[in-house]
Amino acid sequence: MKMTVGGRTVSYVLAYLFALVALYPIVLMIASSLKTNMEIFASPLSLPTTFSLDTYKKLWEVVPFADFLWNSVFVSTMSVLLITVFSAMAAFYLSRFSFKWTGGLYFFFIIGLMIPIKLGIVPLFLLMKNLGLLNSLWSLILIYTASGIPISVFILTGFFRTLPIELEEAARIDGCSHFQVFWRVLLPLIRPALATVIIINFIHAWNDFFFPLIFIQEEALKTIPVGMMVLFGEYETDWSLLFAGLTLSALPMIVVFLMASKQFMEGLTAGAVK
Amino acid sequence: MGIIETVNRKGIRTKGQARWLIHLFPLPALVIYTLFVVYPIFSAFLYSLYDWNGIKRGVFVGLQNFITLFTVEPFNEMFWNAFRHNALYFVVEMIMQNGIAFGLAFLIYRKIRGSGFLKIAYFMPRLLSVIVIGFLWKLILNPNYGALNTILEKIGLEEWARPWLGDPDTALLAIILINCWFGIGFAMLIFLAGLQSIPEDLIEAARLDGATGWRMLWKIILPLCMPAITIMTIFTFIQAFEAFELVYAMQGSMGEPFYSTDTLAVYFYRMAFSSGAGDVTLGLGSALAVVLFFIVGSVSALSLYLMRKREVQH
Repeated sequence: MKMTVGGRTVSYVLAYLFALVALYPIVLMIASSLKTNMEIFASPLSLPTTFSLDTYKKLWEVVPFADFLWNSVFVSTMSVLLITVFSAMAAFYLSRFSFKWTGGLYFFFIIGLMIPIKLGIVPLFLLMKNLGLLNSLWSLILIYTASGIPISVFILTGFFRTLPIELEEAARIDGCSHFQVFWRVLLPLIRPALATVIIINFIHAWNDFFFPLIFIQEEALKTIPVGMMVLFGEYETDWSLLFAGLTLSALPMIVVFLMASKQFMEGLTAGAVK
Repeated sequence: MGIIETVNRKGIRTKGQARWLIHLFPLPALVIYTLFVVYPIFSAFLYSLYDWNGIKRGVFVGLQNFITLFTVEPFNEMFWNAFRHNALYFVVEMIMQNGIAFGLAFLIYRKIRGSGFLKIAYFMPRLLSVIVIGFLWKLILNPNYGALNTILEKIGLEEWARPWLGDPDTALLAIILINCWFGIGFAMLIFLAGLQSIPEDLIEAARLDGATGWRMLWKIILPLCMPAITIMTIFTFIQAFEAFELVYAMQGSMGEPFYSTDTLAVYFYRMAFSSGAGDVTLGLGSALAVVLFFIVGSVSALSLYLMRKREVQH
């Protein structure tokens, strides 16, 4: 389709204007974190005049940010690992064998896609309490794993079904067991789908603040998002510090995204359009 | 003879062992999912049928909690107040978020320079935690030192400046628009995938038949994008009716000011975790959870049905 020169100009202006709207608050956040409180209050929009990491040093001292960071890394990594392994195993079973109950089992997993799990938070809270998992990072790992399973099983089962069955028949004739077929033959082939599952669940676990808000009371066990609530509760007027906290919370995800933006964007939309 | 027998026996044994072992494959996923997703939701349904004393279960009361929720003040007023806000959330997101996202997707679809950068830029907000977004915008919208009012002053619109989040007339809209800012990149990618799945020769054929500009958009492109639009509409609905984090982060569990930003999920949270004396709200909270579950669940079921139907078509 051809566009007139005028139409083309308007397109460019609109497209880049919205890019500015999307990015400006993030740039402002990073720039403000490098300014002093005086600078922020006197001229909120200007770029920092001096480059100073003092605020970050202070941030490190007033909140246990290293703990928050470690908790977030540990919880996200463990959940993603468990989700990926367990869902791939289940998806293998559901796509490669047909027992009487296979269809029903698949349906049972997929129903989870329509369960807003947060609505079960009170029974979940009592369950965690009874299991002695309140104030334990495992409460988070378990709930992220459980709630990530339906979408992951859905994506992986769909992908397994696209693989030709001849591949594993050949492997079986060569004497591979079920486990070997799964581990050596099929898993390497579903790498793109695994990347999708990993990305979707990683972003969810890393950014969630609902479950740690309810399960975790102990300061040293908080993840980054809930840790930010502590910061905003106690240092309400120290804007430089607040911006630094927000920047540090957002930065790990932004860096990972910039390194693999294509996989991120494809991965997050894959569940919807595939 | 002896050798052949050993091989046979070994072969049979491996097969028998493997048959049994294969049922272990779905087991870990099944156990964790059942215990931490299915069981809590199922329990929430049961909770809604009982009277509660703090977190101690009282007597079975049938549908009494539901009746109270919808007929007794202030519970019923609170419900409809929050419900209206969720509905507004949905409408504004459909128009602003999805409308703009479709426009942007269309611009990129028609080959614009720097589309790689643009996609990354639009998508960037989606990566931040909702709590980070909420706090960041709270600082930006601060009436005294916030960036937005400063910008308005700089460009000579100081009469527009206001305490956006403190004013009941603007607070909810501000939060919904921030949510649009968050979601545009994702919606744009969904629409772009939809646009790119339209076969080139269909567009070409329409062009040869004389379709141009708006006619092309309305009569050819939009109808062919319907699957992406449907999915995005359903996503938006679910998101709008589950809205919690942003409101909680920016306006607290009371949906301040004066419940003007309250949503059903925030109302639910308040009832489920209010620690006030004479707690009668856990049963009501569970009833509300069940209602919300049916609102969201029925629409999700529809989306699942549509997704599977498309799967068959492919």
